[in-house]
Amino acid sequence: MQTQLKLDKEKMSDHDYRPKSKVGQWFNDRLPLLTLANHLTDYPTPKNLNYWWTFGGILTFCLITQIVTGLTLAMHYIAHADMAFESVEHIMRDVNYGWLIRYIHANGASMFFLAVYIHIFRSLFYGSYKSPREIIWILGIIIYLLMMAAAFMGYVLPWGQMSFWGATVITNLFSAIPLVGEGIVTWLWGGYSVDNPTLTRFFTLHYLIPFLILGLVVLHIWALHVPGNNNPVGIDIKKPSKDTVPFHPYIVIKDGFALLMFMIVFAFFVFYAPNILGHADNYIEANPMVTPAHIVPEWYLLPFYAILRSVPDKLLGVVAMLSAILILAVLPWLDTSKIRSAVFRPLYKQFYWILVADVLILGYVGAMPAEGLYLLIARVATAYYFLHFLVILPVLGFKEKTLPVPLSITEPVLGGSPNLAAARNKESKIE
Amino acid sequence: MKNLFKLFSIIIIILVSNSYSFAAEKAEYLKTDWSFKGLFGKFDRASLQRGYQVYTEVCASCHSMKYLSYRNLAEPGGPEFSEAQAKAIAASFEVTDGPNSDGEMFTRPGKLSDKFVMPYDNVKAAQAANGGAYPPDMSVLVKARGGGVDYIYSLLQGYDEAPVGVTLDDGVYYNKYMYGNKIRMAAPLSDGLVEYGDGTNATLEQMSKDVTTFLMWSAEPHLEARHQMGFKAIVYLIILTVLVYFSMKKIWSRVESEV
Repeated sequence: MQTQLKLDKEKMSDHDYRPKSKVGQWFNDRLPLLTLANHLTDYPTPKNLNYWWTFGGILTFCLITQIVTGLTLAMHYIAHADMAFESVEHIMRDVNYGWLIRYIHANGASMFFLAVYIHIFRSLFYGSYKSPREIIWILGIIIYLLMMAAAFMGYVLPWGQMSFWGATVITNLFSAIPLVGEGIVTWLWGGYSVDNPTLTRFFTLHYLIPFLILGLVVLHIWALHVPGNNNPVGIDIKKPSKDTVPFHPYIVIKDGFALLMFMIVFAFFVFYAPNILGHADNYIEANPMVTPAHIVPEWYLLPFYAILRSVPDKLLGVVAMLSAILILAVLPWLDTSKIRSAVFRPLYKQFYWILVADVLILGYVGAMPAEGLYLLIARVATAYYFLHFLVILPVLGFKEKTLPVPLSITEPVLGGSPNLAAARNKESKIE
Repeated sequence: MKNLFKLFSIIIIILVSNSYSFAAEKAEYLKTDWSFKGLFGKFDRASLQRGYQVYTEVCASCHSMKYLSYRNLAEPGGPEFSEAQAKAIAASFEVTDGPNSDGEMFTRPGKLSDKFVMPYDNVKAAQAANGGAYPPDMSVLVKARGGGVDYIYSLLQGYDEAPVGVTLDDGVYYNKYMYGNKIRMAAPLSDGLVEYGDGTNATLEQMSKDVTTFLMWSAEPHLEARHQMGFKAIVYLIILTVLVYFSMKKIWSRVESEV
């Protein structure tokens, strides 16, 4: 066992990697793919990463699942206003295992967002967005934006009532832009209402965006591999060192275990509650003459929908909704604290959980009619959302008294703070 | 480990409670035991066959089922009529085909590959015959209504005298479970309306249950296959998860000794 560990340690430096076989050397001198593979397997990873860190791998799985099932669906789907709904039913009924592919794809979108929200909130808790990881974070925000665009357009494709009216509501937001708004909306629609030209271009873009995301994910991981992973303690660690383990097999097996747990939840939705996350109205074919009683987006867009509706002015509502997302991009500069992990920031930790509650509340009121008490709650929650990022975070960095931070993951902190137990995360031991 | 379980249970609670919040605004629906619910849920074959009878003798005079074909009636997981029975059912309908070599449309008896014959030629004709209201296509009706099977089952039995103070226009009926309580469809079922071939007593409740079961199958024809595969997939995943868990413990024990 000890020798194995030694071997792992020796392999961890990838600077002087040389393939063993002649053919391998010949190939690698011309295209260093084997060096890349070696780097990926030996990549030194903090050994105290907890399960919140497994969602990167889970998200990669989600993206690949969506692309593979999406390609298969596209072979049978017909992007035409008169045939889209019928072709989806054709997939559900007559295509071999079409129901399985479609339910994986539809629920896969929800699973994708579930994982990305955990991934984002993990980053918020452990300060992963802070220097030197700003670029990773910004790339992540761009990926998230593209995911929302892809999900929205994907939801339009079955051409049900919610597809049609969701598309109408969201594209109409652009009409809030002064002077050119109406023109932009007509341009987006390819006509004077949401119709066949809108559907075909949404299909094209829905097909394109995942590959843009894939490219950005490569950059996201590349940028990650420059400084290396943040960790629950949030301190810089030497790599490689006894604070790290090689990515393979340690992180691969742990990510694999977490992914399997995730897949069990995923499978439960696909096989036993495939329509629970969708809206019943989307099984009614799109009808421009009949407006649904409540037009609601998918659950993962509800917090932003609540922000949009909480502002009485249309233009300002759109601005607020976009700002709510874009504000995240400048988060590394809004958070003035030098300490990354919330474990050592007693005040930030409390505000963090208030923010989580705030976003959940926004999601809830986003699903409710925008009137009375719901509207009031939405307004307060929206105001707090911006307050958190624009006031609380910058001020907290100066005012907060942080706890002593350990020098390394393996060496306990000097002067035993009560939070030490939390800092040395239990998960790293896998009890 | 403990945290991981907590995490996943929180996720499930959030997702499930979120989706239920949409349906929470409706009245309490009538409940009955559906054989197709649950991990191993299957359709009640006899109920599906009776449900088809109710559909074809009652509903089909106004409601189309344009995504179904007669062959579906003989397919596994459905009513499972014998192929001869399904052929006979198909042949009892007149299907317009053509044009033939003379350029003329003609009618012929239906075949297994034909879609269910529609009661009206188009939406306008359907509206004209029904006082302006369009009887919705029933192929995916169960999935297109918030309350699903419970809603349809309740609606069929929800006709009542309008309470004092509620005035109904001509051709509008009162229904406890309808959104807004006003419905353009007259009570479609009543005790003894059809005569079941298998001797089952055709009460309103029985017919409602049978036809709703049939509609559930028509909306989810692969439900049985889905449940069977789901059970296998989840058992497989759980076994694999346990194996990977122990592999992980073994691999990480090398590091453990150092920590």
